[in-house]
Amino acid sequence: MTVPVSDGYACSMAKRQAFDPVQAYRTMMRIRLVEEALVKAWAAGYVPGEYHSGIGEEGINAGVVMHLSDEDAMALDHRGTGPLIARGADPLALMLEVMGSEEGMNAGRAGHMHLMDPELHAAADGIVGSSGPLAVGHAIALQRLHPGRVAIAFHGEAAANQGMMMEAYNLAAAWKLPVVFVCKDNRWSITTASADVTGGNLVARAASFGLATAEARGERVDEVYAAAGKLIKRARKGRGPGFLFVTCHRPGGHFEGDPIVRITKDPITQSADLVRELRTGVQGRERGATRDTIRGVSEIVARSSRAMRDWTGVARKDPLRRARKAIPEPTARYIEGTESEAIGRAAATARRKTGSRSAFAPDGDRT
Amino acid sequence: MTRMLYGEAIDYGLGEAMAADPTVVTWGEDVRLIHRQLLARFGPDRVLDTPISEAAFTYAGVGAAMSGLRPVVEVMLVDFLAAAWSAVVNAGSKFNDFSGGKWPVPLVVRARVGGWYTDGGQHEQTLWGQLAAVPGTTVVCPATPDDAAGLMLGAIQHDGFVVFLEHKLLSEQFLDYLGGSSRDTVDFSGLLPAAGASGEVPEPLRPIPFGKARVRRDGSDLALISVGVGVHRCLEAAATLSDEGIDTAVLDLRSIAPLDTAAVADLAAQCGRVVVVDEDYVRGGLSGEIAALLAEAGVPAQFRRVAVETTIPFAPALEQAALPNTQRILAAGRELATL
Repeated sequence: MTVPVSDGYACSMAKRQAFDPVQAYRTMMRIRLVEEALVKAWAAGYVPGEYHSGIGEEGINAGVVMHLSDEDAMALDHRGTGPLIARGADPLALMLEVMGSEEGMNAGRAGHMHLMDPELHAAADGIVGSSGPLAVGHAIALQRLHPGRVAIAFHGEAAANQGMMMEAYNLAAAWKLPVVFVCKDNRWSITTASADVTGGNLVARAASFGLATAEARGERVDEVYAAAGKLIKRARKGRGPGFLFVTCHRPGGHFEGDPIVRITKDPITQSADLVRELRTGVQGRERGATRDTIRGVSEIVARSSRAMRDWTGVARKDPLRRARKAIPEPTARYIEGTESEAIGRAAATARRKTGSRSAFAPDGDRT
Repeated sequence: MTRMLYGEAIDYGLGEAMAADPTVVTWGEDVRLIHRQLLARFGPDRVLDTPISEAAFTYAGVGAAMSGLRPVVEVMLVDFLAAAWSAVVNAGSKFNDFSGGKWPVPLVVRARVGGWYTDGGQHEQTLWGQLAAVPGTTVVCPATPDDAAGLMLGAIQHDGFVVFLEHKLLSEQFLDYLGGSSRDTVDFSGLLPAAGASGEVPEPLRPIPFGKARVRRDGSDLALISVGVGVHRCLEAAATLSDEGIDTAVLDLRSIAPLDTAAVADLAAQCGRVVVVDEDYVRGGLSGEIAALLAEAGVPAQFRRVAVETTIPFAPALEQAALPNTQRILAAGRELATL
């Protein structure tokens, strides 16, 4: 299933030690183009159900995956497109799967939350937190069968609050497993601010379990690459598990159509609806104390403004913008040209093969 | 009577209970946003957002119910309740029995179930058969707004452990939360049963007792027995079958545990042919339970089941073929009618 889209693209970077900014930019650009194609396809009705895009995570996905080979294992979360593309998954097969085609990489059985490819040793799971214990399992097998290989768990900061994730940290440390937990901090637990539902500090939490920790800013792929490299190298040598904490942004919200993003993008209509709803909530029916009502309404308003701050105006933190500055302009333009052409062609093919989902019928026929 | 949407009706039942009793509180993932009207009515101390920690916040519901609250713990999807299974099968359902009936657990776990909207095999399960298997558990799933409101009120007032299942296809709150008005390129209207998504709700609201099925359509040749969205698929199939000369009845169970065994046995005896339409798995669940109760009651009836037999696939055409769609119900009904 490893299919390079254009010339000169090799997905295995395991042997390479020095950071290659051109390779990083190409990988990030390809991920961004696939994500943008899927976001547009969602809005146009080609992607049924949900879609959680990884726009904003490209620096993390490229910076970590550039250290891996197909012999390493990846346990992915609900934003699995980026790591899979970085590892060399065929963009057309992946897009077909996300669009619900039986010609997709998982024969239409999976959709975007369960993308998996045994040849790439990578599998996604839509249950928040499960990538931790799954990666631990991969690591147990790798340690026994293939010493020197490593398992990566990609998870969000919100998943660090799942019991099974904390159990996985402990198990990894207790058994000194070759696993690295990549914690992507986008600051939101679905549509709840993580700061409101998280105790303590996650890096300190991981360290207290006995994990080696490192931190990086997700908009700087070179920084991610360096931090991930240290943890992966020590895990490969049998020196124990690591926890990489990387900040990032989630400009598209939790999933496409996120209700809070709708408010930030179309504040006048959406806020009017919200105010009408809240007013209906407080008027006419028996309610609690006025003080509680005021606190309740302010909480929703505060959440919207917080999202507005977090998700809009983050262009200067766009990981692609920074990565582009690190390479010569003609090289950047060459990469953008070849990747856009290839991904554009794949996206058009996927749409043509799938057809839109404008209407569903209960007998299973699409009209 | 007031016309309400399905999700709105559930929150109406919950809101009435919260207004009447200050010990009723609700928590779960994103509940302040999804149930913002309840947040606006009752404030943040009674509507609490949780971290993504299902095991802890569901078990915490058991503890809180033992210490004087009547919590409604919301789990976004029943599939995620699997991460908190022990709270259900080892605690909420058992502690009243362990106490010799001296320490009831007045906890409602509210969880969304079901498919038809293309969310894959890990987000579209119903699992009500497994939930209903555990003694000490009441499991309900309303098919219409009036039942939704009345069953929620009954669940909160009940002194035992109740799992209240909310079908996502009927829930305007959930469909909107998933993207709703941000695209008009996907149209569920062909799949969405109008009578389930919106309907009249009585005011003042009365709690609906558990274990009371509702005959949605009477008939003499064939009984279709279902719950949730399946009831509406059955009503659609029953209209077609009756046009073909097969006089078809539809029974809405409303409670999966306790089952209304008398209603099931009576209708089966009246028709002599039974199709159970179950959006849960075929093995170890509701459809087999109904076959067993008919056998135990000595009701001779031809029997078929239309249920989920595979992991639910993601691709829409595959997904809808795997679910108990109208065509599958019609095929089973026609086959029985020839016997």
